Amino acid sequence: MDPEKLITILTSRLGIAVQSMDAMKNDDLMIVVDKKHLITAAGTLKNDPALGFSTLMNHLGVDYGDSMAVIYNLYSPALKQKVTVKVYLDRDNPEVPSLERAFRGIDWFERETYDLFGIRFIGHGNLKRLLLPEDWDGHPLRKDYVYPALYNGIETARIDMMNETDEAGEPHV
Amino acid sequence: MSKYSSQEMVLNMGPHHPSTHGVLRFILQTDGEMMVKAVPDVGFLHRGIEKIAEKLPWQGFMPYTDRVDYVASVNCNLGYAVAVEKLADIAVPEKAEYLRVIAAELSRIGSHFIGFGALLLDLGAVTPFVHALRERETFNDLMEMLCGARLTHNYVRIGGVSQDLPQGFKTKCRNFVDHLEHEFIDEFNDLISYNTILINRLANVGVITAEEANEYTLTGPNLRGSGVKFDLRKDEPYGIYDRFDFDVPVGTGKYGVPGDCYDRYWIRIEEVVQSCRIIRQALYGLPGSGEIRTRLAKPFTVPAGEIYVRTESPRGELGYYLISDGGKNPFRLKIRTGSFSSMTIIEHLSQGVMVADLVAIIGSLDVVAPEIDR
Repeated sequence: MDPEKLITILTSRLGIAVQSMDAMKNDDLMIVVDKKHLITAAGTLKNDPALGFSTLMNHLGVDYGDSMAVIYNLYSPALKQKVTVKVYLDRDNPEVPSLERAFRGIDWFERETYDLFGIRFIGHGNLKRLLLPEDWDGHPLRKDYVYPALYNGIETARIDMMNETDEAGEPHV
Repeated sequence: MSKYSSQEMVLNMGPHHPSTHGVLRFILQTDGEMMVKAVPDVGFLHRGIEKIAEKLPWQGFMPYTDRVDYVASVNCNLGYAVAVEKLADIAVPEKAEYLRVIAAELSRIGSHFIGFGALLLDLGAVTPFVHALRERETFNDLMEMLCGARLTHNYVRIGGVSQDLPQGFKTKCRNFVDHLEHEFIDEFNDLISYNTILINRLANVGVITAEEANEYTLTGPNLRGSGVKFDLRKDEPYGIYDRFDFDVPVGTGKYGVPGDCYDRYWIRIEEVVQSCRIIRQALYGLPGSGEIRTRLAKPFTVPAGEIYVRTESPRGELGYYLISDGGKNPFRLKIRTGSFSSMTIIEHLSQGVMVADLVAIIGSLDVVAPEIDR
């Protein structure tokens, strides 16, 4: 399907949910969706017979510094088309509705984004850290993240072997 | 009520269990020999690769992609290189494209040997695993000839590959694929694939329907095992994959129902044969001379933009989402791997199966722990 035709269909089906729509480098469409309309937009993309974006390829979070965003890569096997759905979030209070109802496989993707960015998914059934320990401080993929010096009282920095000496004053290496 | 009350037992499996394919933990809720639920606990191998990427130059990240899936590192290199090239509009020389295909398909073969070999090992069949590893040894030798490394190859570069074929490689590689296609696979199938015990352990176990596979974002051999004919090399060809003639095997329920563990096992056996066909064609079509790498500008920067590029790795869809701000480093890099989504279905699949079947399910999904944790 040629991109212009797809843009026309998407504009008519998604309506006010769309804030902007651009072609990406990879014959892919970037659709920026308003947070309030994310669930309805995802439902339309998935269930509308003319679209059929039923496959979730990928989900990620991004910290742009002044705002945050969540991105969903969807694929339509019928149209052989990909779309990238992006939702901008407020950096101070990053919250977005969970798409668990529409895409069951998004469970772990959303947990990972919560873990690494601290973006909360409203309505997610089991929003716990996925990769990091449950008592870890902070969300490492945020741009302002500072690596903690201690974890449960254990130093996290690597000992500088090159510049340290033992009791006799000899270098370690 | 009898005087013996019964209750569910919670058991821990892993993180260092032999059949968890890396450092991976399951919390099993069991009722006798039956499983109520198995909840995977991942993250033991989280190295923060995506954070490291933000601190490194674009080319400097390439060795880290080896460590995403160390069983098939060339495929991980390739996915990253293709993504950066698409975003930065870099053309790859013809010869390099062929070399990439040869290395990537060899790597796929080597990875599938571990995939089905380890499944058989988990089920208690040690000898076939050794047979598979014996053949993987030739793959290791070939890669050592090609780039000097046996495990983390770091062979692909942005804009090309690192080395040209060494002398004697073509003959050795052709002998290897001939041996696999005409001798080894038949011998291996006679040894184990048609074995009644194996069929009983795998057929009709861990059935994933096509709808479930799509819902849980399964990709690659696990998706094809459920009967969905979808291969990125055919359906969304990257590089020069559209030039090769090969089939996409799908699960048909050979001894049970479509989408069972046996289908996922059998798909990998058949994919080895298809990869052999691709390698033979690539060796034939390989240009005799020419550049193997495009010269990159110094310092190398990528124009600002975002892109999602997916390639077919042995464990399914390997996608890189890249965001560049025009600088020397990636602004954000996300790696989407096949094992990550394969893991999410285990909690659903494990409900009501025998404990011994869980091992078959994990093995048949062919997960590699570092790919989940990154």
